[in-house]
Amino acid sequence: MKVMIRGNESIAYAFKLARVKVIPAYPITPSTLVPEKISEFIANGEMDAEFVTVESEHSAISAAIGASAHGVRVGTATASQGLALMHEVLFIASGMRLPIVMGIGNRALSAPINIWCDHQDMMAERDTGWMQFYAESNQEGLDLGIMAYRIAEDERILLPAMVGIDAFVLTHTVEPVELPEQKDVDDFIGEFVPHYVTLDPEKPATLGSFGFPEHYMEFKYGQWIAMERAKKVIDEVFQEFEERFGRKYKRVYPEFMEDAEIVLITMGSMTSTTREFVRRLRAQGKKVGLLKLTTFRPFPKEELKALLKDVKVAAVVERNISFGFGGAVYGELAATFANEERKPRILDFIVGLGGRDITFKTLEEVVKIAEKAEKGEDVDEVNWIDVNKEAVLKAEGLL
Amino acid sequence: MNYEKEEFFAPGHGMCAGCAAPIIVRWVLKLAGPNTIVVNATGCLEVATTAYPRTSWRVPWMHVAFENAAAAASGIEAAAKVKGEKLNIIAFGGDGGTADIGFQALSGMVERGHNVLYVLYDNEAYMNTGIQRSGATPWGAWTTTSKVGNANPIGKLEPKKPMARIIAAHNAKYVATANPAFFQDFKKKVQKALSYEGPKFLHVISSCTTGWRHDPSKTIEIMKLATDTGLFPLWEVIDGDLENMRITYKPKKFKPIEEYLKPQGRFRHLLKNPEYVKKIQEQIDAWWAKYGHHYHK
Repeated sequence: MKVMIRGNESIAYAFKLARVKVIPAYPITPSTLVPEKISEFIANGEMDAEFVTVESEHSAISAAIGASAHGVRVGTATASQGLALMHEVLFIASGMRLPIVMGIGNRALSAPINIWCDHQDMMAERDTGWMQFYAESNQEGLDLGIMAYRIAEDERILLPAMVGIDAFVLTHTVEPVELPEQKDVDDFIGEFVPHYVTLDPEKPATLGSFGFPEHYMEFKYGQWIAMERAKKVIDEVFQEFEERFGRKYKRVYPEFMEDAEIVLITMGSMTSTTREFVRRLRAQGKKVGLLKLTTFRPFPKEELKALLKDVKVAAVVERNISFGFGGAVYGELAATFANEERKPRILDFIVGLGGRDITFKTLEEVVKIAEKAEKGEDVDEVNWIDVNKEAVLKAEGLL
Repeated sequence: MNYEKEEFFAPGHGMCAGCAAPIIVRWVLKLAGPNTIVVNATGCLEVATTAYPRTSWRVPWMHVAFENAAAAASGIEAAAKVKGEKLNIIAFGGDGGTADIGFQALSGMVERGHNVLYVLYDNEAYMNTGIQRSGATPWGAWTTTSKVGNANPIGKLEPKKPMARIIAAHNAKYVATANPAFFQDFKKKVQKALSYEGPKFLHVISSCTTGWRHDPSKTIEIMKLATDTGLFPLWEVIDGDLENMRITYKPKKFKPIEEYLKPQGRFRHLLKNPEYVKKIQEQIDAWWAKYGHHYHK
């Protein structure tokens, strides 16, 4: 059934279709509509779940851990500061190997306070042991939300997962979305079976115990192995999803890659703008390709190596910044090729922070610099696009 | 079912000799029985009873972090509701995890009405990290962050946070103060708390031999003095009705506060100045003058 829904509703529908049983959530712009929609589903009797209206995001994720440890399917949603408030508990969810799924309305972090889109919130949680998916559209938000449960709950994996939908661009924007039938989702996900030790009075177990140096590293190595295995499981689930629902997903989605010399690497909603931009460049005969990263954790190293090894310039276009180095994706892509002989020149383009629009003009600037690099000219590794540099340099006393 | 002869908290844990917390936990579990899930805030109790791969817990037990035992318990309770289960969900937290860093999560849990028994074992300082003052540390106590010296002869300068009153003011289903040295009263309150649906809160005094600096063999004696001097009164409140608070024990003859202060190293400096002792005594007398009529034999 085709419906017209906002991105936040995609996440709420994913929870409903996955028959999530406990949803602890705390409102935060731009993801507030997720708990509101859940409240509506429950009030209308369309969803049989406990909605726990916690008093903070820290408690939302803590309650999610409690419910998941007691053996039910759990979902929650947040963004930005809310995700940052969860930070310490995110490590505990993954360390306890609980398959919680969380929708994130990707939003900038303070200061200055800003409610609009970038990917800084999820990037800052890169090392918490959660799988990370980024949606390009509301359809992807829904599909990835559903698939995240299959992947997270797989007994080979047992890791929590975040599904990012861009603030406002997706969270608040109505798009046509194909809503799968409940029975098809039931068949795809299956009844919830916790493949982990739960809090069961019949079989008492101690969860979250104290790990000394002689045991701690083995727990961490287990998480490492699970995240590595997740690559294959994600591919399997994407494949099965395509067979059942007809929509294709890849951890790295390649387009216009044949004989491409400059490749733009994007995440989330900016991919749609970039696709049209690349299509037009191709029409002009320019050899430009596009890679969309749907999965950031686990990082699709092997796929990127294969796709980019013969390319001249890999231009990472990203909405996050690690001060003192560059964008997170750029750093990881550069490290991916560190030991390779055949590699592209890798450039970073910081764009769209705090909801600044990413337009064709933005991308023209990116390609202009990439073309210079292609010709062997000297260019910066990390490039800030669409920024009033002069004003900042003056304020910093450098001009 | 009567499980008093069974043990759900196994011996061999690493809690200090003379620590009151294991006494409290052991008896709460005996009274609750095996159909129980425990959530534990970070603290001595959690650290010293679950050194992987060993455990002292013969009921399902979970630790998440320091400030979120009440939130984790809320989630467990929500899941139990979905499953249609009837069981005891009990959270244990020290005074740090309850009165300070975990205060918000506890307030939320009680306000939302989760069917959880929250047990505060109050040893009146952050003992797990080495005796730092908490919101529940009493006025005049020495701790490693409320040190006593020439410029501050008192120690902690602020009064103790009244946790049981605060939680009662949330209109919790059942709130009581309890003292394992008054065992029958303690037992009755645990049983009573477990018999109610909704949020229940027990504020249990829990001596720490290293932090209070007393002989490990004196634990029960000192805790008994806390109540017999009138300093830690035993009372209960149902449905937040503080007007009708019921004092459950009144000493026939109140002991002077010096008797409680003297055997504890954390208060030794106060005894040098009779004014300090008098100040505490006056506060106790004032409390009983104000609330003493809530005792009905």
